[in-house]
Amino acid sequence: MRTCAALAAFTLMLAAAVPLQADARSDAKKQVEFGISVAQRGLWREAIYWWDRAAQMDPTYAAAYNHLAVAYEHEGDLDKARTAYEKAIELEPDNALIKQNYELFKEINDRTPRKDGL
Amino acid sequence: MTARLVRTACSLLAVVLTAACTNYYEIPIETPIRPKLDVSAFQRVLVAGFIAGGSEDVDANLETVRLLRSQLRTKSELRVIDADVLPLMDVAAEEHSVATNGDSSNGQEQQLAAVIKEEKDLEPYEHIFANVEYWKRIGEEYQSPLIVTGTVMFTPHARSGFVQREQEVYDSFGRRRVVPIRTYMERKGFILKPKFIFIDGRTGTTLHSETFREEILYNANQTTPALSSYFELMDRLIPSFLSTLSSQKIKGTRVLLK
Repeated sequence: MRTCAALAAFTLMLAAAVPLQADARSDAKKQVEFGISVAQRGLWREAIYWWDRAAQMDPTYAAAYNHLAVAYEHEGDLDKARTAYEKAIELEPDNALIKQNYELFKEINDRTPRKDGL
Repeated sequence: MTARLVRTACSLLAVVLTAACTNYYEIPIETPIRPKLDVSAFQRVLVAGFIAGGSEDVDANLETVRLLRSQLRTKSELRVIDADVLPLMDVAAEEHSVATNGDSSNGQEQQLAAVIKEEKDLEPYEHIFANVEYWKRIGEEYQSPLIVTGTVMFTPHARSGFVQREQEVYDSFGRRRVVPIRTYMERKGFILKPKFIFIDGRTGTTLHSETFREEILYNANQTTPALSSYFELMDRLIPSFLSTLSSQKIKGTRVLLK
């Protein structure tokens, strides 16, 4: 009887959690879309703001980190770009488009002197 | 009826898959890259000259000086000094003869080749770059600029072997396909190997040096002028050279997922 109650409670929790996560993703998607529209107009700093918000809303959203990485790359903040790319790949290791971006980034990053002069 | 349903489902699936496949935006970006060398202490740059060798068809010293000066004029903030190209080979040879006359006990001193044909011929000349007094004197003459010098080897090169190329083929239905095929080819071309040395005109010391290597090969029956090949190879490494002195923006595209 107790097991049945526990199971029922767990199912209820799961059922409540799934829409919550779906809501978070859908909200994050809106931020990402808005970020894309401003980036396309060349407003990269504003795009960073929206994509950062999306990543905070849904920390499992790989696209948000990918976009942040691209924006940081454009701004020349290569350390932050690397961190964001690595997070995106950690979340979606099989995403060929994210991996392609990361490979292109690495090519540029390898040609750049590090801040510590090494 | 079932077959029609399957066909409809398949075409719907194809549409969905196509939409899913193009579910991204390509966006152009420009990544700024900091210079490798801090040149904030200099307002002027002197591309002094190079010890060059290899092909006799190209004066690699003169051409490199001209090219670097014109690139620096348009793509860096440093003022480029227009001066005669230094005859570094003569200077190095003179220094070498003074040194060997003064020290006749050493019978194994390196001989200077009158014409530099290969890389090992360069070595006896390279001591000129470590001559702090000489570069300090040059620096004083031109009001302490950043000095760019070094060596340039531009040598003819031939290589035979199997190469992969693409060939058009048509099947029995007349459909065109491109397939990779491997063929044996005799090819010739050039290797460009410059070493750029950056010297502080105030002290005569070397600040930074960097070596590059690029090669190009053509079909053996193709005739390409040596000077064209030289410029083609220099074009490839000019961005790396410039990124030593000035911040550059590298253009590219990235993918934003929908």
